Amino acid sequence: MERLIEKWQDKINEVVIGSKKPIKIGGETGVYFIDGEDKCPNPPKVAMEVWDMEPEAWPDVLKSNFEKALRDPAEWAKMCVDKFSADLICLRLASIHPDLKNTSSQEAGKTLEKVLKAISVPLVIIGSSSPEKDNEVMAHCANVAKGENCLFGVATQENYKTLTAACLSAGHSIISEAPIDINIAKQLNILICDMQFPLDKIVIHHATGALGYGLEYTYSIMERTRLAGISGDKMLSMPMISFAGQEAWRTKEAKTYAKDTGVLWEIATCSAYLNSGADILVMNHPKSVKEIKKAISQLCDKN
Amino acid sequence: MFLIGERINGMFKDVAKAIKGKDKSIIQDLALKQISCGANALDVNVGPASSNPKEAMEWLIKTIKEVSDIKLAIDTTKQDVMELGLSLCKSKPIINSVNANEEKMSSFFSLAKKYNASIIGLTMDKSGIPKDSEGRMELAMKLVAACMEYGIDTNELYLDAVILPVNVAQSHAKEVLKTIRDSKMLADPAPKTVLGLSNVSQGSSAEYKNLINRTFLTMAVANGLDAAILDVTDKELMNSLATAELLMEKQLYCASYLEAYRKK
Repeated sequence: MERLIEKWQDKINEVVIGSKKPIKIGGETGVYFIDGEDKCPNPPKVAMEVWDMEPEAWPDVLKSNFEKALRDPAEWAKMCVDKFSADLICLRLASIHPDLKNTSSQEAGKTLEKVLKAISVPLVIIGSSSPEKDNEVMAHCANVAKGENCLFGVATQENYKTLTAACLSAGHSIISEAPIDINIAKQLNILICDMQFPLDKIVIHHATGALGYGLEYTYSIMERTRLAGISGDKMLSMPMISFAGQEAWRTKEAKTYAKDTGVLWEIATCSAYLNSGADILVMNHPKSVKEIKKAISQLCDKN
Repeated sequence: MFLIGERINGMFKDVAKAIKGKDKSIIQDLALKQISCGANALDVNVGPASSNPKEAMEWLIKTIKEVSDIKLAIDTTKQDVMELGLSLCKSKPIINSVNANEEKMSSFFSLAKKYNASIIGLTMDKSGIPKDSEGRMELAMKLVAACMEYGIDTNELYLDAVILPVNVAQSHAKEVLKTIRDSKMLADPAPKTVLGLSNVSQGSSAEYKNLINRTFLTMAVANGLDAAILDVTDKELMNSLATAELLMEKQLYCASYLEAYRKK
């Protein structure tokens, strides 16, 4: 039977992140992993999450992999790269949240400097989901990491100006996030782009749900975004990031069921998002990271 | 929608004057303005009054190439002028146009093959433009067959169902729309469809020309039109087009969809 290979008219932007060992994401000219449609110019990458404080809510099965390093972000980051082969590190500045440690910009900046010094892989930096505090700290951190070409997040429709301006002046890329709404995702990219921000420095995040917690909604939105991007919609032709790990480990199944359930939940969630077009998967457990990296290389080799 | 800017045509007085006086700036300004308004290609026509069409075509193309590599639609009925134009193009050219006469098809489809050009095929022949959709479809079939015969992908063919001015041939508009719909069934991959839009309002009162153009364009979009030769500098026309494409789900909605369309 004749196989029908779709020809798409456009290409996803290539975004380069990092300075010492920069990586390139995006560049898709078709849907990945469909034999013959795209040659995977830049295979999806795995980032491992590192916090600037010990993540108390994490289950032991996750925490035990990092032991003492959980209390030292630089050591933790180094461990993820050296021992678990993370392609990138995602530094979550959780402690800056006013309800947690309310860490100051200066302190957060120092942590960031230490992490930058400890690793040579590119860095994704995200805040604490406190819009006001994040703005203050991120503006400072963007400046601290000037020239490092990091990926900063997250810009939302209600709160994008400060982060966009900070990333623009310090030369970083930005994560634009919409709440599982493709129309808002597009609109936000227009707003960011109106501030003269380069399109090839934007990475899209569609708020993620884990397996069993709305995965199919995010999956289909990501798929639609990718199809719109390769069909010529310039405001959606960006690579995508997925914070699938954190969502998997937030589920009650991962926290309370048998020992391996969390790992399997994370693998299942991440494999789905891999197929829906994620270019960066932010993950947690070393075992799941290993499996997903293996899956990526097998899927890309096949093409 | 693939947009071909219509303004570099010797029928317009400023272009005729520029060709005569070799005034590059007029042509280059028109080229850049149309590109900034969203043109994906520019039509190049030396106009009927040109005393030396080959020389004028060469000058126009070289003048445009100094400021842009945009695709060009070489608009002439003369084979030697067409071949010269195609040979000068840097980006994949478009032949504008061939009709369904045997001898015309043989020479122009050969050129399309030789220069790897897309080609606009008019559903008209020696006996003129058919009055209904069935007649247009017969000629469209001939053009598709010629395309296959010369080994050109059928989706490189842009079928133009030839719209006539509404003030003289009112019954044609709906026949053109039907032809646009039906052409898609002629081959796989389906041929594309195009319209020389402004013709629909030729001779109508100046006050309503733009309104007629944009109304007909939105109707054509609803019937699946793929491309148009039109005045991309007409802002209302472009806004109507963006909105029609939005309603046809050709582009995703967002609050600033007009702005998104202009940034395409």
